Amino acid sequence: MAIISTAGLARTFRTKRGPVEAVRGIDLTVREGEILGFLGPNGAGKTTTLRMLTTLLAPTGGAATVAGHDLAADPAGVRRACGYVAQSGGVDPQITVREELVTQGRLYRLTKGRAAERAEELARDLDLTELLDRKCAALSGGQRRRLDIAMALTHGPEVLFLDEPTTGLDPGSRADLWDLVRRLRDEHGTTVFLTTHYLDEADALADRLVVVDRGVVVAEGTPSALKLEYGGSIDASLQDTFLAITGRSASPADAAPLAV
Amino acid sequence: MLLHDTALIYGRYLRQSLRSRFALLFGVLMPLLYLLFFGPLLTGLPLGGQGSSWQLLVPGLLLQLGLFGASFAGFTIILEKSQGVVERMRVTPVSRLALLLGRVLREATVFVFQAVLLVLAALVMGLRAPLAGVLIGFAFVALLTVSLAALSYALAMRMDTPQSFGPAINALTMPSMLLSGLMLPMTLGPTWLDVLSHLMPFRYLVDAVRDAYVGAYATAHMLYGVLVAVGLAVLAVTVGTRVFRTAGA
Repeated sequence: MAIISTAGLARTFRTKRGPVEAVRGIDLTVREGEILGFLGPNGAGKTTTLRMLTTLLAPTGGAATVAGHDLAADPAGVRRACGYVAQSGGVDPQITVREELVTQGRLYRLTKGRAAERAEELARDLDLTELLDRKCAALSGGQRRRLDIAMALTHGPEVLFLDEPTTGLDPGSRADLWDLVRRLRDEHGTTVFLTTHYLDEADALADRLVVVDRGVVVAEGTPSALKLEYGGSIDASLQDTFLAITGRSASPADAAPLAV
Repeated sequence: MLLHDTALIYGRYLRQSLRSRFALLFGVLMPLLYLLFFGPLLTGLPLGGQGSSWQLLVPGLLLQLGLFGASFAGFTIILEKSQGVVERMRVTPVSRLALLLGRVLREATVFVFQAVLLVLAALVMGLRAPLAGVLIGFAFVALLTVSLAALSYALAMRMDTPQSFGPAINALTMPSMLLSGLMLPMTLGPTWLDVLSHLMPFRYLVDAVRDAYVGAYATAHMLYGVLVAVGLAVLAVTVGTRVFRTAGA
């Protein structure tokens, strides 16, 4: 069953130098409980699509439903159903982990007592208990990411959107984060929609890939199906497959971590 | 829900202000310096109007405090945008209006607190004014800071860097201060300057507070002051709400 479906979803930005079509018409469906990898070169429209699906940005064309809620007609319903972790994260470095988690619970309209409980639960679940009374500024990159995800899970969302969740993390933290994403899906049935530049990540984590380029979907399928179709063989590297699809590399060569 | 959310956002940002106590006190420094080093220059001068020179200067300094302080409020949201805090809140069901109101009410609280400090210092310097008038002055400071902070936040939501925001605010606040007669009454100047200053909304506010400080409450100045202050606040919060509702910033 589709938990996310979009039809011709588009966003044009008006700028001084004329209109910029960041997203030109995205058609995709995401099945319930799926981990979907959303790939594309820089500027392909990944973040813009994510921001539209999370109600942060109004589409200029097309339509979408997320967890049964129409994006345009019922943004509040979409917000209740989904969690979002932006590339930059979203915590105030001067505030303690506990205060951020409790405030987040209160923003989702939990009572004071319930919000405090929920903060403890999330901390236990994401291995943050020892850090609850530290300032966010004192966390390592991997700990920060876990906090960002904990914040997004406050209300037990059906869909979790992650924008480049492992960028800047060391290999150990990346592996931990992959495990966390898999665990979320396996234990809670959460659908995960993630963008990434790292093809090894897409290969290891995603059930299915959607590749976008210049604002439209250019390929989709399981990693092996894409390798077979575009790379010529199931043993082709996803890097070569991606190059064959978009004519460009997924990320600058030096940005791809070698170890996992 | 609006009340719940506004209280929540207000609490978050008030705690932020309380954490930086130094900044909280530092904000009052500029008007305090005017009070200490500029105020005594006026005591013997013929300024027109009723009351002492302090009853004329302190209302101007109160509004100067609000003008310079609240106009720069948007800086904090530019920082929060880059930290991702703004978007993180905007994907929750929290009321968009509360995201603005909670912040704006924090500014009003901070500046009324600073205004109290300033008036206490002025009392030591020699200000004597009726209590009701002083309280009315605080109400004007609150309204002015609500208006300016709402506009400042709205502008900051549309700007990406502090490098562009700072000069824009400076370009707006300096002429506003000079043309509103915050330091000296505009009636002292040539007619063209007096006329020009009537195009500045703050002119009406400072005239009203000066009346209040000499115990004149039922005057035309007071009426215009209240109308302009309330009108400005309604306009600013409306503009701010529109930006906070739609902003894809």
